Amino acid sequence: MPRTVIETFSVTRLDILDAEGNVDEALLPPLSSDDMVRMYELLVLSRTFDDRALSLQREGRIGTYPSILGQEAAQVGSAFALEQGDWVLPSFRETGVHITLGYSPALLFQYWAGDERGLACPEGLNVLPVSVSVGTHIPHAVGIAMAARYRRDRVAVVAYFGDGATSKGDFHEGFNMAGVFRPPVVFICQNNQWAISVPRTRQTAAATLAQKAIAYGFEGIQVDGNDVFAVYAATRRALERARSGGGPTFIECFTYRLSHHTTADDADRYRSASEVEEWKKRDPQERLRRYLEKLGYWSEGYQRELDERARGIIDAAVRAAEAAPLPDRRDIFTTVFEGLTPSQARELEVLHDAGA
Amino acid sequence: MAEMNCRDALNLALKEEMRRDPSVVIWGEDVALYEGSFKVTRGLLAEFGEERIKDTPISENSIIGAAIGAAMGGLRPVAELMTVNFALLAMDQIVNHMAKIRYMFGGKAGLPMVVRAPGGGGSQLAAQHSQSLETYFMHCPGLYVAVPATPADARGLLKSAIRDNNPVMFLEHELLYNSRGEVPDDPEFTVPLGVAEIKRRGDDVTIVAYSRMTLLSLQAAEELEKEGVSCEVVDLRTLAPLDRTTFLESVKRTSRAVVVSECCHTCGVGAELAACIFENCFDSLTAPVRRVSGLDVPMPYSRRLERLCIPRVEDIVAAVKNVMQQKY
Repeated sequence: MPRTVIETFSVTRLDILDAEGNVDEALLPPLSSDDMVRMYELLVLSRTFDDRALSLQREGRIGTYPSILGQEAAQVGSAFALEQGDWVLPSFRETGVHITLGYSPALLFQYWAGDERGLACPEGLNVLPVSVSVGTHIPHAVGIAMAARYRRDRVAVVAYFGDGATSKGDFHEGFNMAGVFRPPVVFICQNNQWAISVPRTRQTAAATLAQKAIAYGFEGIQVDGNDVFAVYAATRRALERARSGGGPTFIECFTYRLSHHTTADDADRYRSASEVEEWKKRDPQERLRRYLEKLGYWSEGYQRELDERARGIIDAAVRAAEAAPLPDRRDIFTTVFEGLTPSQARELEVLHDAGA
Repeated sequence: MAEMNCRDALNLALKEEMRRDPSVVIWGEDVALYEGSFKVTRGLLAEFGEERIKDTPISENSIIGAAIGAAMGGLRPVAELMTVNFALLAMDQIVNHMAKIRYMFGGKAGLPMVVRAPGGGGSQLAAQHSQSLETYFMHCPGLYVAVPATPADARGLLKSAIRDNNPVMFLEHELLYNSRGEVPDDPEFTVPLGVAEIKRRGDDVTIVAYSRMTLLSLQAAEELEKEGVSCEVVDLRTLAPLDRTTFLESVKRTSRAVVVSECCHTCGVGAELAACIFENCFDSLTAPVRRVSGLDVPMPYSRRLERLCIPRVEDIVAAVKNVMQQKY
């Protein structure tokens, strides 16, 4: 009996913009200078939001908040490739995606301040509520994409999740189903190396997360998640494949969570300062700044003006969020079902009688 | 009126709704080529094709999860779980997502989906495959729970469930698939969700039941009539929304109640029904409410033992006699 190699696999990694701000021109996706400046401004706006959210949490004005610091390129770069009408299923650490898609920062602040009305997606956007549950939205993305294809709707569906989610049953089942039915779905993993205190190496013995897609019968690619161009290029290609009937793609954005898991965490207890310092050198915003400076699109004056503009947007968003009227007692019941059930009507009546 | 069994009534409902609305699709294990483990999807693949009838991988959590996505994406999916026991693998998707997404999305995403799941005991399928899990779903806010007993209700409720914009757990009893009954011919015949039906009129005692236990209760009522006891039998038809008015009004009139459910006794459906009756009819009651329910045990594999764990007609008869003799 012969022993034969019946399959061989390889895993690709894409890098376009390095930490010094040099680009590989051959791989650079078609982006105008305006696009690049816009990307930079979205990175800055996302970071400004993040920074303010951390301050607001310390002041007790919002609740527990998960920082996106260091992961902005993975979020802005991927969301930049999306089209109006595409469906987005974010995890809970995707502020940069929301901001890039034009989701109101006021609604995001309202949500993180403990008001789920902030998740009621504005008209014109198909952004689902953030999935605080880890990876449970992966099967939803597959189902939405299957529905889109059945309806001959040329949209793509993108699900975001972290490295920890790749250990979930939902990841396996959802990826498997996507491989079998090949709907227009793109899975974007922000591998930020840490799931709270558990490092990536404790989630899986696989060398990369990208390679997991191979077993499900579709392409997985690793990209430098701090490289906004690489993330954009990979996402764009995956979306084109999805729209043209080519099925799912898995993109592993290799990045790093520079901050704590959330404001309720202290990452210094479980990871070394030197590791964090190493990753700070690969900052996504700084490398795009360097590149834009080389092209002549960046100056200190522009940065000052941009920072001020970003602060203005965020200030206004905080004001709007904090001015939102208190929810009505009826809100407890009114959106659970279409219409009130008799028991809900009874409970609502009692709440009113008690003057609650 | 045509006579048919529950299986054919359900099959007819699926066909009618799929013909009526192209957004209705069916996903599940062995639902297409094999036509369902209980043959409820017979003939559907041939008529509607692979685009609408899909065999999925053995991934219960993602069958429900993908159906949730499809419902948000504009379809009306009917997801079939091979048996309700497999719903346990999908409880996160059912309880944390199917039941909550509409609320967490501020009502922006409707969830017009149905999960069909056969269940119940009596077929010697042993501890893991004979359960009656309706209490789990009834306990979860955000779900409708349908539990038909007759072919007419099976057809009418399933059609309503498919047309409804809320998520419905549609629980079929495996021993009822061959049970026959009259079904109206009207293709627009539906049974509203959340409305119980008095299946038999009586004056002395109210028996509240659902699913297969409704049929057993009707048999018990027949026997008791010979002994001069007049039983009213209320078939709940859906556990959520729960039509309390119908059975509470009945109990106020008869002044006695026996509640019958196949699920385990402790914290079972009967406990909720009994509590409801005590809270609302205490002044009308002439005897304590009695519960007839499954035993608090894993279902035995042995036929001899299994039949001792599921309520029988004689258990209902005994409970009614007990209630008739007792007095406050």
